[in-house]
Amino acid sequence: MNSTSAYTHWLTPVRRIKICTILVLLIAWQLLSISGLLFEGVLPQPLAVLKALVSELLLPSLYIDLGITLFEAAVGFVVGSALAVAVGLWLGSSGFFRRAFEPYIHALASMPKIIFLPIIFLVFGLGIESKIAKSAMSTFFPVTISTIAGFLQIDQTLINVGRSFHLDRAKMIRLIYLPAMLRPLSVGLQLGVAMAIIGVLSAEIAYASVGLGARLIRYSDNFNVSSTYAVMIIIFAVTATVNHLFMRLQKPFLRHERSRQGEAAALTLTAARTPA
Amino acid sequence: MSQAIETSADRAPRRRASSPFLSRFMKKAADPAVFFGLAVVIAVLGIVEWLVASNYISRAVIALPSDAIAGLFSPEFSGELLRACRLTFGLVAAALVLEILVAIPAGYFLYRKPIFGAAYEGWLAALFAAPIFLLYPLFMVIIGRNNYTLVFMGFAAGVIPIIIHARLAFMTVPETLINVGRSFHLSNSAIFWKIILPSGTPTIFSGIRLGLIYTLINIIAIEFLVDAGGLGRMVSDRYFRFDIAGTYTAICAVALVSITLNLIVNRLEKMVR
Repeated sequence: MNSTSAYTHWLTPVRRIKICTILVLLIAWQLLSISGLLFEGVLPQPLAVLKALVSELLLPSLYIDLGITLFEAAVGFVVGSALAVAVGLWLGSSGFFRRAFEPYIHALASMPKIIFLPIIFLVFGLGIESKIAKSAMSTFFPVTISTIAGFLQIDQTLINVGRSFHLDRAKMIRLIYLPAMLRPLSVGLQLGVAMAIIGVLSAEIAYASVGLGARLIRYSDNFNVSSTYAVMIIIFAVTATVNHLFMRLQKPFLRHERSRQGEAAALTLTAARTPA
Repeated sequence: MSQAIETSADRAPRRRASSPFLSRFMKKAADPAVFFGLAVVIAVLGIVEWLVASNYISRAVIALPSDAIAGLFSPEFSGELLRACRLTFGLVAAALVLEILVAIPAGYFLYRKPIFGAAYEGWLAALFAAPIFLLYPLFMVIIGRNNYTLVFMGFAAGVIPIIIHARLAFMTVPETLINVGRSFHLSNSAIFWKIILPSGTPTIFSGIRLGLIYTLINIIAIEFLVDAGGLGRMVSDRYFRFDIAGTYTAICAVALVSITLNLIVNRLEKMVR
């Protein structure tokens, strides 16, 4: 009786809709794959994809590729976001330099970064360095824009308090600026993480012999459709997991953060977010 | 006399309408910071030009900026750019029309059926952050290596922000406006067309702007990766031929096109708001 009521409590109408939607999509996929409407092998049955997914997960080479992709994304993210926070603080704190350079940052942020891959490959070569550079580049723009936006929403009183204590620049950054702009900065970093992974994957797809992107394109070129689907599912799952973990990691830092104004400012960033 | 009065009356509003834009432009142009920013960009290009010309940096890695910029004005390149723009923007326009046709009814459905809205809003947000362009190998296999795949991939990336914004737009229409419509005994359809849709237009337009940018970026990305289509192909084609100056010229051209489009769309959004 108790378990029945717990089950009813868990199975809310919203969850019921979600489950029904997944079932409908799976049935539609199954029917389409056996309908003969598409060429044979183009759309494998869900069960075949599940089998390919399991066999992929049992391959040690998958974890090597996964490790390489995550390493490239992590290094690119650290380099890109460190540069971005420095540039964002510099431009945020100086009206003159902000007016001089912010338009260029916004212009570059709205562009498809993938077209810079030839330059990145020419400068950094075809190895791991070019993937790190692409990841850093993809991270740089959303984090810079969020840092500038976060700086501009800092309460002037806080800055005045810091100045009245004659804090030097390093202390102003550590004690006033960064704590006051934590939320918009965290939104920017969150976006930066997603961009770093997408940046690495796009560079790996364009040219690489290792990494998840290279694995995906290798299967696709060999017309191994079930494994292509499987790798894609793994990539989506990894991206979602990294995003979720990063959000969890940020929570303790945001617990004591009081200002909510930055959230709205940082949301304007979505315009600058570029998928590739 | 009356004609003179009419003429001056006609002219006056036109002067008033154009002056704020002009004064804003003049104010921006007169800002020393803008000159400084421009001077730094020119100085950096000058330094790169000198480094490359003096062989400190190989021309096989970085093209002379003067060559890359001059390439933009060659008649052959201009013709190709025009054709590429026509093709890419044609694909973007087709994808955008599809997105609007699908997303606005979908947003309205999610607004009218809040339980479905609650069920799907998390999924939509997750899809918004997902690397949708990675799906292109699958659709290349299913649809083929043609323009339909490019349109579909543009559509898949752009439809999500429009659905999210359309739902938000309908949800934030003031209840008072809808009640006024009901007090006039308007049908549901009339309330939608005459009250809900006009009231939600600014927010929907923000979604369309995002959708347009996502669509353009995804289509250019896939054009680059599969060496097909318009603007993206211009870059990849030159890169694979190892035409370094041409690659830089093509990158500059694509950058200029996307920046211009972005500026136009931002201006349009401000006008709608």
